Amino acid sequence: MSTTASQEQASTTMTFREAIRAALREEMDRDDDVFLMGEDVGVYGGVFEVTQGLLDEFGPERVRDTPISEQGFVGAGVGAAATGMRPVVEVMFSDFLGVPSEQIINQMAKMRYMFGGKTEMGLTIRTTEGGGMGAASQHSGTMHTWFAHFPGIKVAAPGTPTAAKGLLKSAIRSNDPVVFFEDKMIYEQEGEVPENDDFTLPIGEANVERAGEDVTVVATQRLLGESLETAEALEGDVSVEVIDPWSLYPLDTDTIVESVEKTGRLVIADESPLSYGTHAEIAMRVMENAFYSIAEPIQRVGVPDTHIPFSPPLENEVLPHGEDVRAAIERIT
Amino acid sequence: MPTINLETEEGRLEALRRMLTIRTFDATAADLFADGEIPGFVHLYIGEEAVAVGACGALDDEDYITSTHRGHGHCIAKGLEPEHMMAELFGSSEGYCNGKGGSMHIADVDANMLGANGIVGAGPPIAAGAALRIHLKDEDRVALAFFGDGAVAQGQVHESLNLAATWELPAVFVIENNQYGEGTPVDQQHNVENLSEQAEAYEIPGVTVDGMDVTAVYEAVEEARRRARDGDGPTVIEAETYRFRGHFEGDPQVYREESEIERWKEERDPIDQFKHRLIDRGELSADGYEELQTEVEAAIDDAVAYARDAPMPEPADAYQDMYAEPVPEIEAFAAQLRADGGLPGGEIR
Repeated sequence: MSTTASQEQASTTMTFREAIRAALREEMDRDDDVFLMGEDVGVYGGVFEVTQGLLDEFGPERVRDTPISEQGFVGAGVGAAATGMRPVVEVMFSDFLGVPSEQIINQMAKMRYMFGGKTEMGLTIRTTEGGGMGAASQHSGTMHTWFAHFPGIKVAAPGTPTAAKGLLKSAIRSNDPVVFFEDKMIYEQEGEVPENDDFTLPIGEANVERAGEDVTVVATQRLLGESLETAEALEGDVSVEVIDPWSLYPLDTDTIVESVEKTGRLVIADESPLSYGTHAEIAMRVMENAFYSIAEPIQRVGVPDTHIPFSPPLENEVLPHGEDVRAAIERIT
Repeated sequence: MPTINLETEEGRLEALRRMLTIRTFDATAADLFADGEIPGFVHLYIGEEAVAVGACGALDDEDYITSTHRGHGHCIAKGLEPEHMMAELFGSSEGYCNGKGGSMHIADVDANMLGANGIVGAGPPIAAGAALRIHLKDEDRVALAFFGDGAVAQGQVHESLNLAATWELPAVFVIENNQYGEGTPVDQQHNVENLSEQAEAYEIPGVTVDGMDVTAVYEAVEEARRRARDGDGPTVIEAETYRFRGHFEGDPQVYREESEIERWKEERDPIDQFKHRLIDRGELSADGYEELQTEVEAAIDDAVAYARDAPMPEPADAYQDMYAEPVPEIEAFAAQLRADGGLPGGEIR
């Protein structure tokens, strides 16, 4: 890690994984009510090594290895949060979220509302998603649309280390439940991340990662980086604006609409299945708010409604990549 | 300190009063539901009063409970006020949940009552989480989950038992075996003789007690609470009981004979049994009992009067309380619904 100091705040080069670990460490240092639990988060350090070292730092009471029992430990997270704790529960793969979804949708998401606003639910669920490592259909899915659709939950799906750190810290401090999706293919991605312990990013704001004039690309997670690379490659021919929505619910409609009012063209790149999903929601919000600014048909880049297959040529076929973003841009410019 | 001391005459009379309050509240709710004053679903606790009162009587005010869809008894036993409960049944903004929960979701987190619950088996994981909080904060209290015989077949109940047992959490699991999971008899849903035997799988104590005897339930919970506070982990208590009403109000009850219900009422009614015990001990007279009944009925009449007069929520309140930090989506949708906001879509480019 190399450290640089700007006028405003010191930052460090770190990976997406290290940024999440830093957020966890800082929030556990800051607030004794924050604790971690999940399968193999302790001794093992997390199946993707995100929580490595935290057991030694904080001990087994606050970094808890659980039985393979998602209903039990997610439900315990709900109960701990309802009684004032700030649990950070890891569900190893988002494909497993079907197992504890009763506790998520009927308890975590509804408790505050059903009880007339008299409960806080400071629960954060961290989970991994996305294909690209030959993990096959039950370990490669992209589930964030499910939970962004369900009222009562906030959903973050960052595409950079900085966003990962800032949003996870906000999620842990929030009195609302947040499901935090980590794309496992970008754990090694590096970025300049503020070191300041008080650095947070608001849940509900999008970030313009790259300014452009001709087309807006709203891209999430791995596809954010690949869209930025595509934008660089097209520089000179097409001026591409790239936005990371940061959180999917709430979703910063204004930033996206403002961009499309300028460019008149929109590509939405997200690894979820194409039908009934995140792409449709973003497109609809733009149509509701900037209908007369849309010059060309809105383009969707995602998974063509299949599961993620195992064999590399098959997996590669269905997963969206930068070249698909490029093709979508070229269709409308 | 337990909220009731059954060793004292005063405590025994309080237990009787609470059981009568539950019965009167629910009998009144049945009438109000039949008359159409209470909307939605209502699941009544009549017949099972000794379980809630025995269990909550052995708890301290600081102890947490989770409840079920049949939760009125747990609420009253935990000390919630009938006025605000009845107001909640009426859908009033003066109810415990401001009218957003209704009969199946009454909660009062300030009183450590973590909610009735419309999902069978969802309470135990939440109670395990509350027990985890107690453990992490090193507090001197416990979390108790009430759940029915039907819930014992749910995976998440077993996951909670395993978690609480493995982590030695200060939890108490109270199975209210009222003989039927909705409309199916308990022996058609489980392969064990006593549901408390499930505890053996987790190497924690499991006991079956007479759930129609408030003292038996009280003593079992007292012992379980002591174990939990001593750091010895959770206990499973099966309380054998019987619901005198249907699964829900309006249930045709095709799954059982009227004679069976009558037999339980005549031979095992928890209030009658306890009343006679107190009379036999010379602690209560027939007149004294009538006086108590009159007092309780007056209190429930007051609760009904309160609920009838309590304001209903404003329709716009439907948009409140979704999040601690509100989201612009709901505000925008609400504004669009509640006003003629004109045609959206931006300006022509």
